[in-house]
Amino acid sequence: MEALLESLGLAQSLELLSLTPPGWGGNLLRGLVHSLQIALGAFGFGLIIGLFGAYGKLYGGPVTRDLLAIYTTVMRAVPELVLILILYYVGTDLINQAAQAMGYGRVEISGVVAGIWVLGIVQGAYATEVLRGAIQAVPSGQIEAARSFGMPPFKLMRRVTIPAMMSFATPGLANLWLIATKDTALLAIVGFSELTLETRQAAASTRAYFTFFLAAGALYLIVTLCSGVVFGRIEKWARRGQPSLKGASR
Amino acid sequence: MNVDPETKPDEAIRVIDLHKSFGSLEVLKGVSLTAHQGDVVAIIGGSGSGKSTFLRCINFLETPSSGEIVVNGETIAMRPDGLPKDRRQLERIRTRLAMVFQAFNLWTHRTLLENVIEVPVHVLKVPRDQAIKRAHQLLERVGLGDKADTFPSFLSGGQQQRAAIARALAVDPSVMLFDEPTSALDPELVGEVLTVIRGLAAEGRTMLIVTHEMKFAREVATHVVYLFEGKIEEQGPPDELFDNPKSARLKQFLKSVG
Repeated sequence: MEALLESLGLAQSLELLSLTPPGWGGNLLRGLVHSLQIALGAFGFGLIIGLFGAYGKLYGGPVTRDLLAIYTTVMRAVPELVLILILYYVGTDLINQAAQAMGYGRVEISGVVAGIWVLGIVQGAYATEVLRGAIQAVPSGQIEAARSFGMPPFKLMRRVTIPAMMSFATPGLANLWLIATKDTALLAIVGFSELTLETRQAAASTRAYFTFFLAAGALYLIVTLCSGVVFGRIEKWARRGQPSLKGASR
Repeated sequence: MNVDPETKPDEAIRVIDLHKSFGSLEVLKGVSLTAHQGDVVAIIGGSGSGKSTFLRCINFLETPSSGEIVVNGETIAMRPDGLPKDRRQLERIRTRLAMVFQAFNLWTHRTLLENVIEVPVHVLKVPRDQAIKRAHQLLERVGLGDKADTFPSFLSGGQQQRAAIARALAVDPSVMLFDEPTSALDPELVGEVLTVIRGLAAEGRTMLIVTHEMKFAREVATHVVYLFEGKIEEQGPPDELFDNPKSARLKQFLKSVG
């Protein structure tokens, strides 16, 4: 085995990727964990924004609807890299100003929290549209039936609308999750040590660019593959009770 | 609960001078109707006569423009614009008015059993095991005892409608509202649904049924109401109404539906 690696010239690469110093594998994995933390947080935050946003757009008054239209349009129009820069600096600046106004000194803002808030706001705009479409796709009769039996609005949302829209929303949400995992790489620009920044540092210190970026690519790919399995399960669950479409096109 | 002094003890539902407009189109022009316990009121009429709208106004799926609805002596509080004044009161009254829809409207992500226990467990707070026991009885009763764990989409229209009736029965309603329960069904499936409704009539359920099935209306109804252009054109006991229609429009209508 070792002879084979030696003959392929991979022994050195493996050494570089080793989990214990002087290998950089541990740093990469730490970066991955940070990336996943942010992706999960941002996705979850985005879903909450999206749910309120979708309901606001569908059932809100004219002011709510206009504000939400501005939010989704701007967030989806401006490149994410620019948004991240704006939101990160504006966000940290606002918090610091508020802190100073209340008599505290400058606050050190956790990278994870900042990352979640910045990406979550971007994700929220897309999630608003995904969920709005899914809610509209729920047959109105099912909602009407729940109302006719005296189900209160919040319970109706929890027991009928959300479960019924899940099958329509899952593919779009799976896309959003994958985008979230990769958008974490953009946070490298504000100096947050997620997978991409860790990779760049490892590569720059060792000059083994190819090895480290290939390793990072593989890690992103593994995340995607695992996500595919998870979302496949979720979709199967969400589509329970619906006849399979297999063979329907024939 | 403020009981109206005019209410007779066995009155189930009273609708007083109900008006409904969609924009400038006036669909209901003052319809009044009283049903006592055990009454089966068939509401017939041509397309666009307002019969479905009338039924949907009773539980505020459509907000009436004006009028009054009294269920078991309790008036549904309305704002001047017709919207319900007290959401909680409306929700409470709605649980007593179970509706069966033309398009069944079962919750497709839940099995038949879950459909039937949904409202008892999550709205009426009946203990789950008790609700499940009752749901099995009800499904048995509508002939779907072996389908409790099946999802609605895998069933025929007739089976879905029978399940919808079981769902409505699960809340033990004071009044059942049927909105053209057989209009979306293939002809050979109509009979099985009508049989179930006939059984309910026989056991003294109070029902308002909007229907196109004249033979059925004549057979189960204690009272028939003919709506024409948003007003009651003629009403009375079924034999009288079907054998001796007085208004020319009803005569014409009965001829056209054969």
